Amino acid sequence: MTERHPLFKPLVFVGGLVFGFGLGFSHMARPEVVLNFLQFDDLGLPFVMFGAAIVSGTAFALLPRIRDRAPLTGDPYERRLKPFDRNVLVGGAVFGVGWGLSGICPGAAYASLGTGNITILWALAGMFIGAYVQGYWRSQSTDTEAGFTGAD
Amino acid sequence: MVADPVPLQLASELFPNGISRYAVGGLLVGLGTVLIYIGTGIPAGASTFLESTLSYVSSQSRFQQYVASRDWRLVFTAGIILGAFVFAATVQSGVVSSSLYQPGSTGQLYEVAGVTLWTTDVQIWRLFFGGILVGIGTRIGKGCTSGHGVCGVGSASKTSLVGVATFMTVAIGTAQVVAALGVSP
Repeated sequence: MTERHPLFKPLVFVGGLVFGFGLGFSHMARPEVVLNFLQFDDLGLPFVMFGAAIVSGTAFALLPRIRDRAPLTGDPYERRLKPFDRNVLVGGAVFGVGWGLSGICPGAAYASLGTGNITILWALAGMFIGAYVQGYWRSQSTDTEAGFTGAD
Repeated sequence: MVADPVPLQLASELFPNGISRYAVGGLLVGLGTVLIYIGTGIPAGASTFLESTLSYVSSQSRFQQYVASRDWRLVFTAGIILGAFVFAATVQSGVVSSSLYQPGSTGQLYEVAGVTLWTTDVQIWRLFFGGILVGIGTRIGKGCTSGHGVCGVGSASKTSLVGVATFMTVAIGTAQVVAALGVSP
């Protein structure tokens, strides 16, 4: 791995702090509040995701005009564009069932733990199990070389 | 105060907790994302952490592709957890109060060493099995509420807009069915 700028991780940490504080303040870290939105009992929740998207979208649009490269990595400022395929629909639908059942998504689950919600460890354990299952399955179906078939 | 009672009544029905805590929280989530983006050029999402962290314990190629980012993703998640704890120790504990914050009445509050903490009433089987599907779906679907929802929508990515529309629609349907079956909370 290449040497990183000494401020790289401190900045990521501070960004995470603000991100986590915001999830706590918004109550998106509470599964009940997410479920209340999905059941149409309280329609405030979209202000969290779309409010955040407006802020990030403004930065994504402006920064490339101000500077060419990020100071801590030297990487160009690019938007988050991923290729579309069937997986976006299949994965999105599976995520939707999980989110609708549990009321919690990954970032909100980390934040929920920070607000004292020990019970959310059940959801986090589930997320790791789910991520492992799909990763194991997809690794098997794409690996043709013998290099990565390790102990597990 | 007397004018427009009907729209006000409607607003309090649709938004029983107002919108300020949601909007302020969302602005902060966006600000955290932007801080990282300004310094590093990375539009960070939260769900890749699940796979990048699994690369510490599994040699599967699907996880090993994230080895280069796994250390800072741990730092990002640690920041999210601690940032939410700072919220708990200040706003949730009532040390800092704001007219923009609506405390609501969900879940259970409890105290540890003067800090007001919170825990959910949602049943464990919902959290666990829902969590498994979240783990599978976010990783197959190329993103979650922050990757697709915040960074992708902010990028006006068609892939992310379709992803968000898919998981929001399915989540609404799922939650409505589960509620109709009498499961609460």
